[in-house]
Amino acid sequence: MDFSSIILMLDSTVRLSTPLLLACLAGLFSERAGVFDIGLEGKMLASAFASASVAAVTGNVWIGLMAGIGASLLLAAIHGLASITFRGNQLISGVAINFLAAGLTVLLGQSWFGLGGRTPALEGDARFAEINLPFAEAVSGVPVLGQVYSELISGHSVLVYVALALVPASAWLLYRTRFGLRLRAVGENPAAVDTAGISVTNIRYAAVAITGVLCGLAGAYLAIGLAAGFGRDMTAGKGFIALAALIFAKWRPWYALGACLLFGFLEAIAIRFQNIDVGVFVIPVQFTSALPYILTVIILAGFIGKAIPPRAGGEPYVKER
Amino acid sequence: METMPKWADVVLVPLISLVIAFAISGLVVLGIGESPVEALRVMVTGALGSSYGWGYTLYYTTNFLFTGLAVSVAFHASLFNIGGEGQATMGGLGAALACLFVPWPHWSLALAGALIAAAAFGAAWAALPAWLQAKRGSHIVITTIMFNYISYAFLNFMLVNVLRPEGSMDPASARFSEVTNLPNLGDILGLIGIPFSNKTPANITFLIALVCCVVVWRLMWHTRLGYQLRAFGKSEKAAVYAGINPVRITMYAMLISGALAGMMAVNSVQGEANRLLLNSVENAGFIGIAVALMGRNHPAGVAIAAVLFGFLYQGGAELALWTKIPKDLITVIQALVIMFTGALPYMVRRPVEQVFLMLKRPR
Repeated sequence: MDFSSIILMLDSTVRLSTPLLLACLAGLFSERAGVFDIGLEGKMLASAFASASVAAVTGNVWIGLMAGIGASLLLAAIHGLASITFRGNQLISGVAINFLAAGLTVLLGQSWFGLGGRTPALEGDARFAEINLPFAEAVSGVPVLGQVYSELISGHSVLVYVALALVPASAWLLYRTRFGLRLRAVGENPAAVDTAGISVTNIRYAAVAITGVLCGLAGAYLAIGLAAGFGRDMTAGKGFIALAALIFAKWRPWYALGACLLFGFLEAIAIRFQNIDVGVFVIPVQFTSALPYILTVIILAGFIGKAIPPRAGGEPYVKER
Repeated sequence: METMPKWADVVLVPLISLVIAFAISGLVVLGIGESPVEALRVMVTGALGSSYGWGYTLYYTTNFLFTGLAVSVAFHASLFNIGGEGQATMGGLGAALACLFVPWPHWSLALAGALIAAAAFGAAWAALPAWLQAKRGSHIVITTIMFNYISYAFLNFMLVNVLRPEGSMDPASARFSEVTNLPNLGDILGLIGIPFSNKTPANITFLIALVCCVVVWRLMWHTRLGYQLRAFGKSEKAAVYAGINPVRITMYAMLISGALAGMMAVNSVQGEANRLLLNSVENAGFIGIAVALMGRNHPAGVAIAAVLFGFLYQGGAELALWTKIPKDLITVIQALVIMFTGALPYMVRRPVEQVFLMLKRPR
């Protein structure tokens, strides 16, 4: 494999990792605050649909993005209501949200556009354009570094850069601010936070809202950044891969970047190579695509380092009387 | 203190949840400019108006009986088995291998063999997540989700690389031999003088699913293991103090659950398609969650809820056929049922309790 095809592989890794990274960071905030969220998939799907439909109708990608975030926030609010206010089962609520999104997107898509659940193909200003960084054109002739800059670093949609910037931003918010401290505390020991006179409910709702916004970005990137429109079940399990990445990353932002890049790379390999012949035997493509899940099970089992979830995760907080 | 009579808890609360779910779905139908009344009429006539409709309804019911029981057994041990889909996928593989590679002399033996293979494959697929939960403390919900995806990839591999007949492009196995074909429900009912369409995929597996309901009921409420399972589910600490081995109970609960989920595939693989397809399970594993929640984890409740979802599935197909409403409406109803019966039980319960408290108050 020559250098430019390596660059191409890495380039598609970055593209494929971005939705995972956004969804993974989304899950990070919710789960660090003690609210399990297996509804990442549903929120992404809802956002992908809403952003693609609105962008198709208005022709404006930014209005589309806002609509996507709005749809995702709405589902996040339902999840918050069920798991914080009504102290319901967070896992079951997540399952319900996934189905709600899967059903509603196709139902509404079919009745609005009549394309069997798809939205009209987007073009021009209705999609995120690729951003060419300064001098990308000029240095593309320079061997190695020039190619890396012009093809790998430059030339992605704005959401890719946003996603990458969100990693240090999340780390800063979680570990360097008062809000972050409280958010993590709510996920470990909500009673202590309550004793300090801070509302557990408010912090958890804030975390769930951040999750909604980030899932909205992830879904919008799929529909109006990576693809040109929404298709039935277009997230295709990405929300669960993001969940797997979150566990793989042990609920930490920088590790999340690494996990998502790894899983994105595996996806890129599966798309590019199909079956890989390593000489002695052939690695089937299905194995490559299942590898994120297998790795996550191994990590969860604690055979390679232990992934310990936030202690109060999944438990509704009941104030003592 | 008992705030409301048992019948209200068992019947009224699920019923109100169902009515709310249907009402919201009705609003969605109104929202896309169709008539909810007309939609309901199409669904009822299509699914329940003829023995042909009933045949399809009972075919789907069979799937949901198995997966609903599977989820409910795990729920009793307070384990959320979200991996019914993967276990059923593996069960389908087991059933298909049994039908393809064993020269069965008679359908009854083929059925027994396929059921055993499907149950064994399903149970095996549940065993590792159960063991990891019991021994290593990895959360069963996450591992079973991961196992769902691993099973899809594995089935895909088996169909594309191993089981696909030479020269076929379709990712599907070869057809099973005629001997393995199961008796149709219409033919069976015909034997005892009930006229019933034999043009539907409903087959003898439906009766086996009903037997499983009784077996699960006996197991849960009339055996030592069932008692231990429920005790473990109610309070792990108390159960351990009473000498119940948590590892053993977790394993048993998930093995039974996985076996039941696996057996579901016999209905669709051997009973309907007569070959193994990529999508033999058709979401039945997930619908099992809704069925178990709706049926309050009791086999009788599961049976009623399974018929309800069978009706919804067949009705949904009719909707897509006769109206402009896509059958994804069913997914929305399913989501709302899961939401109201599973995630928001207090929202419905509390007002009902209030009403009963008011009625009870001495005048």
